[in-house]
Parts: sequence; structure tokens; C-alpha cells
Amino acid sequence: MNTQTKTCTCKTESEHEKLERIEEVIEEYKDKEGSLIQILHMAQGIYGYLPLKVQQFIAERINKPLSEVSGVVTFYSYFSTMPKGKNTIRVCLGTACYVRGGKKIIERLKEILEVDVGATTQDGRFTLEVMRCIGACGLAPAITINDKVYKQVNPDKLRSILDQY
Amino acid sequence: MTNTINLTINNKKVSGSKNDTIMEVAKRNNIIIPSLCYLEGVHQIGSCRICVVEVEGAKTLQASCTVKAREGMVVHTNTEKVKKARKLLYELMLSDHPQDCLSCSRNQSCELQKLGELIGVSMPRFHGEKSKSCIDDKSPSIVRDMSKCILCRRCVTVCNDIQGVGVLNAQNRGFMTTVSPAADLPLDSVNCTYCGQCTTVCPVGALQEKDSIKAVWDALFDKNRRVVVQTAPAVRAALGEEFGYEPGTLVTGKMASALKEMGFDDVFDTNFAADLTIMEEGSELLARLADAFSGKEAVLPMVTSCSPGWIKYVEHTWPDELDHLSSCKSPHVMLGALIKSYYAHKLGIDPESLFVVSVMPCTAKKYEITRPELANGGLANVDAVLTTRELARMIKDSGIDFRSLEDAEFDNPLGLSTGAADIFGTSGGVMEAALRTVYEIVTGRELPFEKLHVTPIVGLEQIKTAELLIENPLEDFLFLDGVTLKIAVTSGLSGAARLMREVADGISPYHFIEVMGCPGGCISGGGQPRLTDDSVRQKRMEAIYREDEGKTLRKSHDNPSVTKLYEDFLGSPLGHRSHELLHTTYTPRGIYNEAVK
Repeated sequence: MNTQTKTCTCKTESEHEKLERIEEVIEEYKDKEGSLIQILHMAQGIYGYLPLKVQQFIAERINKPLSEVSGVVTFYSYFSTMPKGKNTIRVCLGTACYVRGGKKIIERLKEILEVDVGATTQDGRFTLEVMRCIGACGLAPAITINDKVYKQVNPDKLRSILDQY
Repeated sequence: MTNTINLTINNKKVSGSKNDTIMEVAKRNNIIIPSLCYLEGVHQIGSCRICVVEVEGAKTLQASCTVKAREGMVVHTNTEKVKKARKLLYELMLSDHPQDCLSCSRNQSCELQKLGELIGVSMPRFHGEKSKSCIDDKSPSIVRDMSKCILCRRCVTVCNDIQGVGVLNAQNRGFMTTVSPAADLPLDSVNCTYCGQCTTVCPVGALQEKDSIKAVWDALFDKNRRVVVQTAPAVRAALGEEFGYEPGTLVTGKMASALKEMGFDDVFDTNFAADLTIMEEGSELLARLADAFSGKEAVLPMVTSCSPGWIKYVEHTWPDELDHLSSCKSPHVMLGALIKSYYAHKLGIDPESLFVVSVMPCTAKKYEITRPELANGGLANVDAVLTTRELARMIKDSGIDFRSLEDAEFDNPLGLSTGAADIFGTSGGVMEAALRTVYEIVTGRELPFEKLHVTPIVGLEQIKTAELLIENPLEDFLFLDGVTLKIAVTSGLSGAARLMREVADGISPYHFIEVMGCPGGCISGGGQPRLTDDSVRQKRMEAIYREDEGKTLRKSHDNPSVTKLYEDFLGSPLGHRSHELLHTTYTPRGIYNEAVK
């Protein structure tokens, strides 16, 4: 995840520069078996999201059908084909977080941000997403904002957390 | 003997080979395990789980199509647990299926329906939300209705692994999963070749050819129209299967008879135009060879152009190599052009009043006739294409008892053909037909193969090659003296891709390449009767060669009707009129259609 924050300069780089950097990633990984997910992961870090034209750009260079690339992108909820907000909130709904009130966090965030899951706020500050287990079950209910994990989140404290961004 | 393993299935001692799956061992021992997604040798990924069995010692039920049989294994295929699981799986599949069997064109030919009957489920038990779906009918060839899809992924396998095109794959996840092109784009906006192999393996009505039956009935009922029909070489070797005949039964005469009963005004044969294609394509090859061996620029190898799925594939994948394609229109389009010129003139009628129907083993032909360049004088060369399956449906709908029909002949002047034309329907056939004529034109002698069959290029292998030494040619062809003509034949787009890669890299050793877009050639085209395996392909191929050998005339240049056509109307091969009516151009498209416009 850390590499992603470091590589994410999507607001300052030009389109051309971003694609050039994605090309570098592809060059590094393309001959390794099963590297599509890794390439997509890093490409999303660079570009911010994975619209069809970026998927085409990748498919062409790794010589795989676009339908396969798109199949992977649409399978994993981590990948997005829509532009994302400045910050991404991911609420864990794995079993542990779910039973400890993950759903309430979602409901409250929807209220505060006035968006549905998967959407981005009007001011572009936040994108709200759901994850199925982030591997922090001992900290349930957990959320992440960008790469920072918040543990045992109390819905009433969400506003003050969001204010930090 | 070390390869043999012994196991027990349903308390019966059976044996199999080491690499066999449980399903394969069972089948060889006459034990039928119900299955749905399984397609022998093609698709064995266990996606539907209907073929589950109990294996003693295993914690869970096992998909018999993927689990390998092992020495000493004890398998039960019919226990209460298995039967319950099978039914449940089936009912769950049904719960997300529209169950509109009565209005589905796969009614009575649907594998899902048949399975329900087999395992005794007729009423759906689960009711709930169904997958949302929109029908993709934007392409001229194939209609996708994903509400009927059961996610067996056979189409994904044929599109990706067999054809190497890869426009279909599973998109999204869980309940939202659909099998579709990237980003749920419609087929007409991606690099689909319309080969239709997906429609031949779809067990349900999710992937089908676009209906042309209505358009043809409308034309037949229109009193102001003269409706002309033609049939491709491969149709006669497969149509019978739709009427209960064994694969490989030739029904040429009954087919002609049925078409006449249905009310077509003229029943012509695409084979006539196949002979004509050989005259044009053979001359084109000789012209290219003449240039190449006299130091002039020539684009070689020349590649055949009869298969429209193949053509679209090249236009998408190798837009820079289009000049390797023969400029010949495909045979049925040639015949359409002649019907609306030569024949219309002969009848003294306005070509606009003619409606030309082609019965083809192919779904890509439906798209082909919409290509703007396949028109003359503002009129499309062909007006409608029916697949072999559609023709069968129309014959049944006409109340014709196909099996009791007397044989009839094709009509003249566009109905006579030689054996060379018959073999256009199978992989290797166009090449052999071309060689029969080209070799004889060049040397004045008959092609030196037994029964005229170029044996190295006969058969179902993906790529076949041959060499032909030319010695003592006639005076006009001295430039070919001592030349070894190198040829390659392939069917299925994966094989074609391998040969085209060499062409694009400039290292292709061949002078002439035949490509048919579907594995085995037109005999197993996307419009042929369903579920074609290699044994069916083999039988259809043998039927095609039988038809060829049964003819007195076996070489295209011996077809008297073709000779007469050149004398009366066309002039000479590659002449001005031929160029106008029988030849075409191609469009670079690019893999994402980016080159179009």
C-alpha cells in the first residue's frame, strides 16, 4: 500500500507522463507469469483509476485480450474504473468488523458524505468504498483512509476523523 | 501396462488410463454421469458442478470432469447425496434463468432443458431476484441474451483458447457476473470476428445467430420479388443432422428439393461460384508469382479470402498486411453479384426486384453482406444469409417432410459445379481446388496426386503444409520452371495467427496460404448444427470428399457453365468486368476498431 501513496502523483502529472510510467511498470512485470494484478495495482496508483483506455493501453502491451484485463478489473472491488476522490475511505465489512458494527459506520458515512458506496463526494474530497476483510480483525470495526488504518471506530467520532483530511 | 489404473465406480470394477478423469473412465465403461458445461477435449473446468460424484475418502463431492481417476478409487455417481446436490445445483441455476422456454428458439434443443428432464426437475423451487440483462443485438451476426446465460464459460474457452480472439470473458463478480466483452461493450464495438463458434457451444439460448428467417419469409411472400437462393458446399454435408441423419450424410438433392418446395424461384449453388473463385484466385496467384519470379515487386504469400470471420480478424489484428489477402470476394458474394447482373440481364428484369438469399454454414457471412464494398450499382450483392440451422428451422416450419423428399437438381445457369467446388467446404479444399487448376494451367498436366487429393493438406490438423515442384511448364510459365511451390493450410484463427505472425515478420516461407476461420473449415462453421466434435468434423469432411469424387468433372476450369460465363459475359479472369463484380477491397480496423474512420 505504501508504494501506492508514493507513486500517486496523479494530480500533478500530465496524461503522457502517467502513461509513460505505466509503461515502465509493464516493462518490468510483463514477462512474469500472473503479473496482471500487480500491473493493474500499480497503474491505478499512477493514474488514479483504470478507465477503459488505460486498460487498453495495458492489454495491448502485455498481449492479453482486453476482455481478460477488464474481467480482472471488474472482479476486484479494489480496482475502480471511475475517477476517485482525493482520499479513499474503505470500510471493512469482513466477518469480525461486520458483527462489531461495520454496517453502522457505513450508514453514518453515507449520511455525512451524502454519497453511496462506490461514489465520490461532490467536492472530490472522499470516495467511499467497502472492503471484505482488511486483515485487522483484532481491531474491529476498522476502516482505512488512504493507507492509514483506524481501529475500533466509533461512528460518533467519524466527523472528527474526516476533518483531518 | 503401467498406464492402466483400476477403480470401482458404482460397485463395478472398471479400468482406465492414468490421465483420465473420473468422467472419462465412467464414459468408457458405459456409465453416464449427467453434465452440463463439460465439452470433451474442449472445455473441462468444472464450472457448473453438475457432474459431481462421491469419492470414498474425499470430504466433499468432486467434479468428475476435472478430478483425475486414481488407482483403487471408489466412486459413486448415483447416491442420494449426489442426486440431491445435482438437483440443488440445477435448481439454483434455474433460479437465475428466465425460464421462457416456449418463446426461446433453443426450445427442445437446449441442453439445460434436456438436463432438467434427465434429472427430474421440471418446476423451479427457488424464486428471487434475477440478473439484470440487456440484449446485445447490435451486431449483424450474433445476438447475446445474458439473462439466459448459465455462466458455463464454454464460449469463453472457444473464443480465447480455440480461436485466440478473446473478446468474451467473465466480467464483474458474484451475482453480477456476465460473460461479455470488456466493459460490457456490445459485440459490434470490439474486435469480434463473428465466427460464431460461441453460438455452436452455448448450451442455452444466450448466444445465437441473428435471425434472418423473418426477412426471408417476407421476401418469399412478396409477389413482386423474385427470390433466388444459393447454398454453400458445407451445408449439404451437415443439414441432414437436423433431420435425424447420421453426421456425414449428404443431403444435396433433398436440400435442393426442399428449397423449391419452400417457394424459392431459383435454386442456385454457391459451388458454381467456388469454381469461378478458383479461376479468379488462381489467375491472381499466377500473376503474383509471375511478378515475383521476374524480379518485380509482388506481395507473397497470397492468402485466401473466402472466410469473412478470418477477413475481419486480419483487418483488426494485422491491418498492415491486408495486401496479402486475395482480392476475390467470397464465392456466395460473387454469385450474388452475378445474379444481380448477368442473370437479371438474362431474365430481362430489374435487379432491384431480385432478393438473393445465401444458406451458409457461417454466422460471419451475415455480417459480410453488410460490408458497403460488397455492393454493385448501389445494390448489396446478397440480401440475406441463413445459417444451416436456420434453414432447417424454416424447412420444418414449412411442413416439409424432409426425409421423404425426392432428390432435385440445382437450377441453371448458376447451378453446375465440379468436385473442386465441393471441397471448398473443408479445410484444405480451397487450396486443393486451386492447385488442381493452377498446376494444370502451368504445366498442361494433371495434378500429380492420387485421385487429385493433395494428401498432406487433407485432415483436421491445425496447420498443414506441402511443397509442389514445377517442372517442364508450358511456354507462358517458364519463369516457374524448377520452382518449388510452398503452401500452407490452416483452420481456426489460432493457427491463422501463427502463420500471419510469420507473414508480418517477413519470414513466411510460403507462396500461398489457405485460411478458414473455424476449426476444420466451413464443415464446422458457426452456423452449422450444434455440438461438433472431431468425429463429427471427420464424417462431414469425408462426405465432402465423397461428393467431390462422385462428380465427373473435378477441376474448376472444366466447368462448362463457368467457361460459358466468361465467353458470354465476363471476358477473362481478372478482366474488367471480373474486377468490378468479383473483386473487393479491405478495411484496416485495428484491434480496438481505432483504425476505422
